[in-house]
Amino acid sequence: MNVLTSSLRQLSDAIRKKDLSSVEVTERFMGQIEKWNPKINAYITLNEKALDQAKAVDARLAKGENVGPLAGVPVAIKDMLCTKGLRTTAASKILHNFVPPYSATVVERLEGAGAINLGKTNLDEFAMGSSTETSAFGLSRNPWNIDYVPGGSSGGSAAAVAGGMAAAAIGTDTGGSIRQPAGFCSLVGVKPTYGRVSRYGIVAFASSLDQAGPMTRTVEDSALIMESICGRDPRDSTTSAEAVPAWSKQINKSLKGIKVGLPKEYFSSQLGTDTRAAVERAIEAVKRAGAETVEISLPLTEMAVPIYYLVCTSEASSNLARYDGVRFGHRADFSKKPAEDLAEFYCRTRGEGFGTEVKRRIILGTYALSSGYYDAYYKKAGQVRRLLRQQFLDAFKQCQLLMSPVTTSPAFKIGDRISDPLAMYLNDIYTTSANLVGIPGMSVPAGFSKDGLPIGVQLLASHFQEQHLFNAGSVIEETLALKELPHVLQ
Amino acid sequence: MSYSDWEAVIGLEIHAQLLTESKMFSPDTTQFGGADNENTHPVSLGMPGALPVLNARAVEFSVKTGMALNCEVRKKSVFARKNYFYPDLPKGYQISQFDLPICENGYVEYVLDGELRRVHVQRAHMEEDAGKSLHQGEFTLINLNRAGVPLLEIVSGPDMKSPAEAAEYARTVRKILRYLNVCDGNLEEGSMRCDCNVSVRKKGETKLGTKVELKNINSFRFVEKAIEYEIQRQIDCLTTGEKIVQETRLYDPTKNRTFAMRSKEEAHDYRYFPDPDLLPVELEDDWLAKIRGELPELPLTRARRFQSEHGLPEYDSFVLTSEKALADYFEIVAQVSKNAKAASNWIMTELLRELNEAKLEVEKSPIGAAHLAEMIQMIDSKEISGKMAKEVFADMWKTSKAPKEIVKSKGMSQITDTSAIEKIVDDVMAANVQSVTDYRGGKVKLFGFFVGQVMKASKGQANPEMVNQILQKKLQG
Repeated sequence: MNVLTSSLRQLSDAIRKKDLSSVEVTERFMGQIEKWNPKINAYITLNEKALDQAKAVDARLAKGENVGPLAGVPVAIKDMLCTKGLRTTAASKILHNFVPPYSATVVERLEGAGAINLGKTNLDEFAMGSSTETSAFGLSRNPWNIDYVPGGSSGGSAAAVAGGMAAAAIGTDTGGSIRQPAGFCSLVGVKPTYGRVSRYGIVAFASSLDQAGPMTRTVEDSALIMESICGRDPRDSTTSAEAVPAWSKQINKSLKGIKVGLPKEYFSSQLGTDTRAAVERAIEAVKRAGAETVEISLPLTEMAVPIYYLVCTSEASSNLARYDGVRFGHRADFSKKPAEDLAEFYCRTRGEGFGTEVKRRIILGTYALSSGYYDAYYKKAGQVRRLLRQQFLDAFKQCQLLMSPVTTSPAFKIGDRISDPLAMYLNDIYTTSANLVGIPGMSVPAGFSKDGLPIGVQLLASHFQEQHLFNAGSVIEETLALKELPHVLQ
Repeated sequence: MSYSDWEAVIGLEIHAQLLTESKMFSPDTTQFGGADNENTHPVSLGMPGALPVLNARAVEFSVKTGMALNCEVRKKSVFARKNYFYPDLPKGYQISQFDLPICENGYVEYVLDGELRRVHVQRAHMEEDAGKSLHQGEFTLINLNRAGVPLLEIVSGPDMKSPAEAAEYARTVRKILRYLNVCDGNLEEGSMRCDCNVSVRKKGETKLGTKVELKNINSFRFVEKAIEYEIQRQIDCLTTGEKIVQETRLYDPTKNRTFAMRSKEEAHDYRYFPDPDLLPVELEDDWLAKIRGELPELPLTRARRFQSEHGLPEYDSFVLTSEKALADYFEIVAQVSKNAKAASNWIMTELLRELNEAKLEVEKSPIGAAHLAEMIQMIDSKEISGKMAKEVFADMWKTSKAPKEIVKSKGMSQITDTSAIEKIVDDVMAANVQSVTDYRGGKVKLFGFFVGQVMKASKGQANPEMVNQILQKKLQG
């Protein structure tokens, strides 16, 4: 079996049956990283203890112990998640030297389930971006075509899995940051229902929107990882006590009686022809499995991006206040020219530590929360957000699933949009609503453009109804049966 | 105090540190006096991804306090972020409550100069404390042990007119907090902080003057003095045509002056918004009823009951209800001895004097309430005299022994047997025939001499009243 292209499920089965050792598998991925990471730049920091972790899993297996559902499979972790003893940067200079004394709950749970942490993947600085070009550690490249972006902000995670440098990865999704790069790299990516996954130990970008989730080769792999990382965490008050189902075991590929809503606002003229064709193939697939489609209207769709950029920048302006150089992280060098006052201490430290996009968002958010503007911006955004939520709840009275493109077009060329923030923000047009409303979403590979770039289709379900995503996702996966591999794996 | 045609308007913001074991949103301890930066969980340090989790005890204590301050308790309150940069504020924002505080619209009543006063409590909201900065020359040292400690900020209306009124209000709030056992009220250690908003205006004026906030006040006496100084300063400013600047001033007790804080007060825009990391606090009726049921009888009500039930004078009733433990002590002594007046007298004069001298809380009193009650019963049953009681009391203070035991071991019990006393009187008269003759001849002053002799002969144990009676009868012949 080809380790680098196998699913997490296949690898964990092989390791559990001792056809392969965790050490062999881990070494294989490390070899691929050594070969391709210099080109792709998927990782910021590699975990030097990965092999030790693999050895420990093998030793426990040898003793006949239960090593968990992710038994010995190497995964990559977005550098937004704190890892005890392993540098965590959020791809920002301001955290270039930060080594957390604790791990995120998600990391603890992954390790508890037997996964091996290969390292920390690249992202847009503080997850603010859609291309991984704003990273302070250099941009990542798309393994399907290295002149193209892998998407973002979880672009390093997507590139690592697509490039055979990890069996699966963890990303975070604030406005599409898992689903969009999954779509750009032909992966399955899930943004869970808000509250499913603990945010404890995950560098906060926009607290009311952030959720971590899996980025995998198969739908079943995503379900497996979700089963390990979801569930109430006493350290995060916003986690839900909702039971975590055994999604992977309950995947039902008959969609009889399932209604799939097609929001007409998501199929407007700005949608590219290749993308439209791919999404239509996916719609055909679910219909053939017995689903019925209905046209749905979500008139507030055009408000989603503006609301999103008010909410996420406001929360970010507050969440990023802690990076002040006082207790940890980057501090400007004051040895030659001491700060005149406190303001200068902050300005120099933060001025050096943050990149342009992060500064832009801090300024936008500070403005939106300022007295005199709060009512017109942040508060108004909250009101419209509630209306948007109601619109989705109403839509889910008519159907169990919504299907749409993930983005209007496939991956764009490196450098094409980085100087045009507005064009970059509009990338999020189909994905931000799920975060604002709190519902789960999935990106599933749906084919390729004429240029050979991957195209994803987005599935959305009502709160806590992830099973629908896994069911329909499996149908699309099985029906389209995509076999293409990026050239780095050929 | 009168300020001729000026009047002062005073409001207080009291920060009460709640007596929870762990911090407002994290599991590290609130214990005072640890090594620098020892009690610092990642949440208190504002580390990336560290999230606040609300301390349920802090909510309970806040609700209890709100109820005792006659507030409306909000069934749904919301935490908000107050954003500002300061090195001892780890997250760059303080978690506080803004437009939806947990308690609102209450009042505090107290008696001052024999008159019942009522001060409006605008709100009481929960928030976390910041850390502590220590400025040392070029450097500033930061200790974050205090960061995240739970506070309840109690905001009064601008209802007070004199420094004495403000100080008494603060004392009353402290008394209530201590009755509830939710805050130790220690101003010196900063577990209760008292910021005073002071403004002055011409009498008859309805608009409020520009207010000045006074901070750094660590005793009730200084609350009074700082406000006193500030009122005069403001009046002096206004009469010389100066304008009052809205600012924060610090009180310096050694100079008895207030000073403008060195750093210029900038107009802060705190950019409050609901904290997305915390859910709204929702309280259920059953739980609220349970908490209400746990409220103790509060000091003013208790003082009034002491007056009506035990017939105590107003002053005594206030002294005895100044601390819950003291009031409890009194009630035990009063009930067991069945002599409230004596209980009050012994506690107010002897016990409190000893406690104050030894700087002891009543809980640590070497004399237990039951022992003091027993001693009062012994006086009432004439087993010991009042004079002997003083000696017994002193012994009890030293040894913590029961009064019966002390009396027994010292052979101190009183002689109340009539025939025994008559015999001693007869012996004394027989030994002092001349004096008896003189007394009967009109030298009545000699009566004291006979009492002394009898007491001496009885080794002080004869009941003095009986000695008086019997002597009088026998001397008259």
